[in-house]
Amino acid sequence: MRITATSVIALRALRRNKLRSILTALGIIIGVGAVIATVSIGNGAKNQVESQIASLGQNVITVFPGSTNTGGTRGGFGAASTLTIEDAEAIEREVLGVVAVSAEVRDRQQILANGLNWNTTVMGESPGYLSVRAWDLAQGNMFTDADMRSTAKVAIIGQTVATELYPDVDPVGQTIRIRNLPFKVLGVLKPKGFSFFGSDQDDVVIVPTTSAMRRVARRQYLSSILIQAQSPTMMSRIQQEVTDLLQQRRGDREADFTVRNQLELAEAATATSKTMTVLLGSIAGVSLIVGGIGIMNIMLVSVTERTREIGIRLAIGAHDRDVRIQFLIEAMILSMLGGIFGVLIGIGASQVVSSQTGMPVLISTASVTGAVAFSAFVGIVFGFYPAHKAAKLDPIDALRFE
Amino acid sequence: MKAVVQLENIHKTYSNGEVEVHAVRGINLTIESGEFVAIMGASGSGKSTLMNVLGCLDRPSKGRYLLDGVDTSDLDRNERADLRNQKLGFVFQGFNLLARTTALENVELPMLYNPKRIPSREKRKRALEALEIVGLAERADHLPNQLSGGQQQRVAIARALVNNPQILLADEPTGNLDSKTSVEVMGVFQKLNERGITIVMVTHELDIARYCKRNLIVRDGLLVRDELVQDRSYSDRELQRIREEEAAAKLTQSA
Ligand SMILES: Nc1ncnc2c1ncn2[C@@H]1O[C@H](COP(=O)(O)OP(=O)(O)OP(=O)(O)O)[C@@H](O)[C@H]1O
Ligand SMILES: [Mg+2]
Repeated sequence: MRITATSVIALRALRRNKLRSILTALGIIIGVGAVIATVSIGNGAKNQVESQIASLGQNVITVFPGSTNTGGTRGGFGAASTLTIEDAEAIEREVLGVVAVSAEVRDRQQILANGLNWNTTVMGESPGYLSVRAWDLAQGNMFTDADMRSTAKVAIIGQTVATELYPDVDPVGQTIRIRNLPFKVLGVLKPKGFSFFGSDQDDVVIVPTTSAMRRVARRQYLSSILIQAQSPTMMSRIQQEVTDLLQQRRGDREADFTVRNQLELAEAATATSKTMTVLLGSIAGVSLIVGGIGIMNIMLVSVTERTREIGIRLAIGAHDRDVRIQFLIEAMILSMLGGIFGVLIGIGASQVVSSQTGMPVLISTASVTGAVAFSAFVGIVFGFYPAHKAAKLDPIDALRFE
Repeated sequence: MKAVVQLENIHKTYSNGEVEVHAVRGINLTIESGEFVAIMGASGSGKSTLMNVLGCLDRPSKGRYLLDGVDTSDLDRNERADLRNQKLGFVFQGFNLLARTTALENVELPMLYNPKRIPSREKRKRALEALEIVGLAERADHLPNQLSGGQQQRVAIARALVNNPQILLADEPTGNLDSKTSVEVMGVFQKLNERGITIVMVTHELDIARYCKRNLIVRDGLLVRDELVQDRSYSDRELQRIREEEAAAKLTQSA
């Protein structure tokens, strides 16, 4: 009921000791600023990792050649290459819930076109590749199953290749030469940017797997098989069935392949950035508590200094609640103003970090409101004891205080 | 006449650890509406203790205190705060104004803690009226450190008046003032008393007590004398006399 008047008194008291109020709030300002900056940078990093992982495609299971669980000095990951197109076809045919499969062969080649040349990654893929990678064409068409069967000399190219080789010509319908063989460009992919591992995903030429194996890489075995599951819930089952199927196709031979699930990769990657955010955030949280202790300290000094004032107020009819609220509001205003300035400084700091280092930042409303609310809470918690001490003073003792 | 204050066998004992001080040892006293009482006595005789009980700032250890017919002994801390706010006005020896707060805001203060909500315009109006009564309306915007001691005490009196109390209590209100300023402050009290406000004050000075209507003498925590003032002083006359004396002094000096 007397809150407005009490708030005015509290504000006036803070204004009277401007420098002290600022210094007191500084602890909270730094604490909140640190929380906002670290959480924004952490969220930005997490967001970036997540979108990069999403760009790998959805619900993707990958089969790599080589076994990770072979013991001793044998091969290891990627050593022996025995994955075949038939393996890929068997998976597509026999495992339920598989939307698309792509048999992949990777090779690096110098390619020529339009009087220019360019060194790039040539990938052999199945027509299902675009679905697996959740990738669309900017123009033209994807090659077909018929092209696969006939080992057709056709290709689709990434944005980087398109701009490098055809700076001012429409690439669709043109011919590029790989290993001096002419390949007809059927389409151009939409840009996808840099991968999680830092390579340019648009610097690529994609041809049918069969053509890549016979004409480009001249290899019998696949680099990997990409499998897209219908839904995330099916992934672990499909992972198991693919493992069983491939093992069955190998009979008594030891497993020479590894089946990896995209979620495992995503989890590992986000776990790191999450740990960093939590770690930095909790250090910042500790500094908030230190700021709160600073407020409590100054409020206790203030209560002692103003004992006479409190005595006067009590003598002329203030209830203990009036005095308590007065000091609580003072502490809360201090910490909330600290919180608001802290948010501004935190946002500023994260913008500076982002513009200097190119790290992405993500300032969420949740972290801003959370930080301000938490700082108000800190004010109430650490203001409570001094306020209580003030409210419980005996009017006569307080008036007699020198 | 209606009894505003009734004290029945009031005792007050302070105990600091082992030592017990029996500051008030059984005081019976009735003060009626419109009275103007001075309490006198040696230092340590228990005057302030008695005033604190009267002002509901402190509770008696024993005995009954009826204020305006209401027994104050059963009241809790906040109820006593309301009594101080509504029915009592307290003036201290040391003025006890809030520092760095204007005279007007100091006078408004008791209205802030009035259980009835008073609009700020009304507060301002009433505070100005109270300052008018003590003759300080034109100093409303001054801070306490810009006022003389007498002026500060008048602001304190205005503050004590602003909630229209039944009784004004003053513990050595002229204790920190020179004799002329003391007479001026007594003039304010006499004016208020003429308007019907009951006043109880403590003083060390006999001549100050003569401005009141009734004098009580306290010795060792007991009321030992209670008499009406025969040859009462009036501040108007007294101030007139002082002015003449000053003029004469200046005359002789300049001559
Ligand atoms: N808070 C207290 N604790 C202990 N003893 C006290 C306390 N207050 C007062 N006394 C004692 O009670 C007695 C009466 O004190 P009180 O202040 O009432 O005297 P007084 O008549 O007002 O004196 P003065 O004229 O000097 O102001 C004194 O002996 C004093 O020491
Ligand atoms: Mg005294």
